[in-house]
Amino acid sequence: MAAKPVGMEVSIAVSEAVMLCDADVVAAYPITPQTHIVEHLSELVADGKLDAAYIPVESEQSAMSSCIGSSAAGARTFTATSSQGLALMNEMLYRAPVLRTPVVMVIANRALSAPINIWNDHSDIMSVRDAGWVALFAENGQESLDMTILSFRIAEDPRVSLPLSLNIDGFTLSHFIEPILLPTREEVRAFLPPFRPIVKLDIADPISIGLLGTPESYTEARKATDDALTASKQVVSEAFAEFKKHFGREYRVVESYRAEDAETILVMMGSIAETAMTAVDEMRDRGEKVGIVRLRLWRPFPVEEFKAAVRHAKNLAVIDRHMVLGVPDGPVALEVKSFLYADEVRPNISNYVLGLGGRDVTRDDFWHITERAKQPGAGQRPRYELVGVME
Amino acid sequence: MRAAETPFEKVTAKTFPKGPDALASGHRACQGCGEVLALRLILKALGTDVIAVSATGCMEVCTAPFPQSAWRMPWIHVAFENAAAVASGVESAVQTLRRKGRGPDRRIPVIAIAGDGGTADIGIQALSGALERGHEDFIYVCLDNEAYMNTGIQRSSETPFGANTTTSPSGLKSKGQSTWKKDMPAIAAAHGVPYVATATPAFHLDLMSKIRRAAAIHGPAYIHVYSSCPTGWRLKPELAVTIGKLAVNTRIFPLYEVLDGRYVLNRRVEKPVPVADYIRLQGRFKHLKDEDIAVIQDRVNQEYERVEKLAQAFPVEVAQAG
Repeated sequence: MAAKPVGMEVSIAVSEAVMLCDADVVAAYPITPQTHIVEHLSELVADGKLDAAYIPVESEQSAMSSCIGSSAAGARTFTATSSQGLALMNEMLYRAPVLRTPVVMVIANRALSAPINIWNDHSDIMSVRDAGWVALFAENGQESLDMTILSFRIAEDPRVSLPLSLNIDGFTLSHFIEPILLPTREEVRAFLPPFRPIVKLDIADPISIGLLGTPESYTEARKATDDALTASKQVVSEAFAEFKKHFGREYRVVESYRAEDAETILVMMGSIAETAMTAVDEMRDRGEKVGIVRLRLWRPFPVEEFKAAVRHAKNLAVIDRHMVLGVPDGPVALEVKSFLYADEVRPNISNYVLGLGGRDVTRDDFWHITERAKQPGAGQRPRYELVGVME
Repeated sequence: MRAAETPFEKVTAKTFPKGPDALASGHRACQGCGEVLALRLILKALGTDVIAVSATGCMEVCTAPFPQSAWRMPWIHVAFENAAAVASGVESAVQTLRRKGRGPDRRIPVIAIAGDGGTADIGIQALSGALERGHEDFIYVCLDNEAYMNTGIQRSSETPFGANTTTSPSGLKSKGQSTWKKDMPAIAAAHGVPYVATATPAFHLDLMSKIRRAAAIHGPAYIHVYSSCPTGWRLKPELAVTIGKLAVNTRIFPLYEVLDGRYVLNRRVEKPVPVADYIRLQGRFKHLKDEDIAVIQDRVNQEYERVEKLAQAFPVEVAQAG
């Protein structure tokens, strides 16, 4: 382990992690704000530091198609995209899990058009949340690097063998320079076993992949994929535990910050939790019993761990970075409410949508949300509050 | 090595591959399907030491309903428009794993197979990207039956002028398809790939030899295969070979290769059969009048002359069977 952290742009750290993982094939198409990741990867290949094929495909649809082909042929496969690029992959995103191709993809999260906007929110990943991918959200630079290494281990685990998306907030995380501890190749190799696919296009043992699912088999094929995705949570937790042994850094599928005795818990994902922690510290200094529960694992949804983390709270303020048009709740709030519905004692759940299309999320926003979440009747509001909207 | 000089093993009556077909029997293609005939011959020429990628379409549906598969080599189907992109990924993976000592230490051709819609329409972008990137062991085969047959005979950009399809119907104000076939071999050749060819299962040894040459050549190869469809063309099933021969002998579908950018006319048609003889066998053209057929005849004459002149302009010494 490098003794000292080095200052490094988070996108570069992600690329370095892909190199340390010795990826075999990268197929990618440039889109802001993912570009620094793929630029640096192509440099690493050009300089011979990463022995991989870099396929400069002509679209994201072909990026994901090539990744599926590459993974099916037994190669450790990586791609990265954002926003419209993810949207253009849509059809293939739904196929990769059922074909059991463990492609790892970093999404530098960016708002979906229209209007066209290159800045951060979670509308890209939320629009494909049902595709069947394992989905992780990173909060900071170190976590982005660590989660990249973990992503290959989790996705390629024979019990999982599913594609995985690692979400990092576009610009507000991807383009920040942060102090990062870089592991060595040997350390990563000791943690990450070689890729041994459960199904493979192999001349010596020919199989057919991607057959027609008739009414007699389609349901079972979908169920098999859902079973694998559901079961992957255990593998994620195991991988986190193993990671701690190797690298000393501890990760959980659901992360709590000063939430153990909190009356009001702010629920969120991604890099805004860094800002929220500062706000929580300030509010705690004023005697406010407030904390944060952050979902690091989004798919499969860690229901039990989440419930355990929020069980004692009076008020839950669920923060969404995406609007589900025509529905009065954001996607995270919708799910949280449904998971808690059957519980006898439920917190007051209110929903806040903010930080869309790169609008800044500030400490003041968390102060405001905390106040609103405590108000009588907060749990009965008919719809989310759009924080900071100009009417 | 230049494509024209690359040695390959030609298929002749004497060297015709023996043993079981690489595409198993029992698939669900229609009686008299020219497309599955072409596919069978292509795979027979290649054997099972290849990886095959299918686009969605007739050939995918009829050969691979779970839990059955007719493919005796590793095979993958992902989607309709992306066979070239999937094959790009497979090819890059195979090359990389070979280099890194984790795969077989020999060339393994990766063959992508799609219909005319999956090639000339929805798949043209993925195909263009794959051809341009210069994948080493990449063969792309377009099985052209001139419409979207799998979804029920809708027109594509490969549907010939005058053909009746379910989305280019003939009527009081329509003669059927109003446009001429998109020239996919020329589009493929414009990418500067080492090898482009046209073929038909009606000239089966020519088709199989071209596939062998495509596999031997270093770099992307594109083969456009005329594949009759009894269902969509309203053609008697027993005429699959007859109609393919007529397509060539009327000069409608000239057999040629483009080696390193140079055209080679494989079969000079000295005394062409009238186009009408081809058209009158097919129900999809039955609404055409003699003057409509004359228009098609003119176009066929022009197009054949163009290919002939391209071949004459830059003659090329072609490597024969090695």
